[in-house]
Amino acid sequence: MGDHGGIEDCIRVSQSIVQWFRFASPQSFYPLAGRMVPWFWAAAAIFGIAGLWMSFFVAPTDAQQGEGYRIIFVHVPASWMSMFIYLVMAFWAGLGLALNTRVSSMMAQALAPTGALMAALSLWTGALWGKPMWGAWWVWDARLTSELILFFLYLGFMALQAAIDDPRRADKAGAILALVGVVNIPIIYFSVKWWNTLHQGSSVNLAKSSMATTMLWGMLLMALAFWMYSIAVALMRVRAIILERERHTEWVKHAVA
Amino acid sequence: MQWHSVGEFFAMGGYALYVWGSFGACALLMVAEPFLARRRLIEVRRSLVRERLADELESQQRTR
Amino acid sequence: MNPFLATVRRDVLLAMRRKSEVLTAVFFFVIVTSLFPLGIGPEPVLLKKIAPGILWVAALLATLLGLPRLFAADHGDGTLEQMVLSPSPLGLLVAGKILAHWLLCGLPLVLLAPVLGLQFDLDASALGVLTLALLLGTPLLSLIGAIGAALTLGVRGGGVLLALLVLPLYIPALIFGAGAVEAHIAGLDVGGHLSLLAAMLVLAAFFAPWATTAGLRIALE
Repeated sequence: MGDHGGIEDCIRVSQSIVQWFRFASPQSFYPLAGRMVPWFWAAAAIFGIAGLWMSFFVAPTDAQQGEGYRIIFVHVPASWMSMFIYLVMAFWAGLGLALNTRVSSMMAQALAPTGALMAALSLWTGALWGKPMWGAWWVWDARLTSELILFFLYLGFMALQAAIDDPRRADKAGAILALVGVVNIPIIYFSVKWWNTLHQGSSVNLAKSSMATTMLWGMLLMALAFWMYSIAVALMRVRAIILERERHTEWVKHAVA
Repeated sequence: MQWHSVGEFFAMGGYALYVWGSFGACALLMVAEPFLARRRLIEVRRSLVRERLADELESQQRTR
Repeated sequence: MNPFLATVRRDVLLAMRRKSEVLTAVFFFVIVTSLFPLGIGPEPVLLKKIAPGILWVAALLATLLGLPRLFAADHGDGTLEQMVLSPSPLGLLVAGKILAHWLLCGLPLVLLAPVLGLQFDLDASALGVLTLALLLGTPLLSLIGAIGAALTLGVRGGGVLLALLVLPLYIPALIFGAGAVEAHIAGLDVGGHLSLLAAMLVLAAFFAPWATTAGLRIALE
C-alpha cells in the first residue's frame, strides 16, 4: 500500500517538473515572459518608491559626509546587482550549454546589457561619491577597481556574442567565457583588494563600518527595486531576442499576424 | 523630516551636483534601457510583418 | 613518443621554420619596454620604481601577440579537425600546443627580462625575483590566453577581441607578479606572491586545457 503511494507521488512530482520544462521552449516562454513583465515593473515601482522615501526623508544626515552619503542608496544597489546579474547570467549560460536549451542562453544574452549598465552606474556613482569625499574623480579603491574589471568582463561577453554569427556557437562560447569569468571573479577581487591595501597605507573605506538602521533599510529597499527592475528589463529584452532568433518558425510568423 | 524647504532638499547640503548627478544618471538610464528594449521588440515585430507581407506578395505573383 | 610530446615537438619545429613570428613577439617586448621611459622621462629613481609593472605589462602584451596564432594555422589547414578526431584525448594535444606556445613566446621573455631590467637599473636580486616571477607567470598567461584563442577562433576582429577577453583575466597574474618584485625591492618577503602565482599556475594547468578544449569543440562544430 505504502509503495503504491510512493510511486504515485513520484509520478506527480516528475509530471510537475516536466510541466516546468515546457517553458524551456521559446514558444511557451515568450508569452510567459510577456505576462510576467508588468508584475515586475509594479514590484520595482513599489520598492523604488519606498526606497526613495527612506533614502531622502527617513534616513538622517550623516555626521561625516553630510548629505553626500545618500549616493550609497543607488551606488550600493547598482554594485550588488552588477555582481548578482553576472552570476545569474553565467548560470543561465551554463545551463544552456549543459542542457542545450536555447531559452536559457537567450536569457543570458538578455541579462548582459543590464548587468553592464549596473556596473557602469556603479562606476559613475562611485566617482561622484569619491570626488567630494576624497577629492578625486577616481580612486583606485579595491571595490571600484574590481567593478571596473567586472565591467570589462561584461563588455567581453557582449563583444564575443556580437562577433560570432552563428547564434548557437555564440551561446556556447559565451557560456564558457561567462563560466571562466565566474571562477576568476573571486580571484580578481582578492588580488585587487590585496593590491590596494598594499599600495595605500590607510585603506579608503567607501562603506561605513556602522550604519543607522534606516540607512540599511533604504539600501535594501533600493536593492530590491533594482532587482525587480533588472528582471523586468531582461524579460522585455529576451522577448525581442526570441522573436529575432526564432523568426523562421511557424509560431513566430503567426504571433505577429 | 529634515528638509525645511524645497530649496534645501534640492541643495542637498552642498552636494547637489553629486547626489542629483547620481540619482539623475540612474533615472535616465533606467528609463532609456526599457525604452530601447521595447523599441527593439517593436522593430522585430515590424520587420516580421514586412517579411510576411513580402512572402504573401511573392506567392500571389507566382500563382498569377 | 606520446601525443603530448609529439604535439610540442611539432609546434616548435613549425615555428622554428618561420623564426620571424617568434622573433616578432620578442622584439615587441623590447620595444614596448623602451616606450615607457620615453613617455615618462629618464629619471632613474622613478624608472626603477615602475620597472616591474612595465616589464610585466609588456610581457602580457607580447604574449597576447602570439595567441591568435595558437590555433589559427592548424585551423586553416584542417589539422585541428584531425586533432579533434584523433584517438588521443584532445585535452592532451591542446596542453601540448599550450606548452609549445610558452616555449616559443613565454620562455624568451623570461630570458630577456633580466637584460631589460638592467635598463631600469634593477639590482641583481630584484632581477632574480623578476625572472622567477615571470617563469611562473608566463605559463599562466599562455594557459589563460589559450581559452581566449579557442573561443575567438575564426571570429571577426579576433585579435583585438581576444585581448578584450583575456586581459581582465590576466590582472591577478600582473598584480602578484609585479608585486613580487616590488615587494623584494621594498625589502619584504616575496614568498607569498610567488606561492600565489604558483597556486594560480597549478589551477590554470588543470582547468585551462579543459576550457580550451570545450571552446575548440564549439568553434569546430
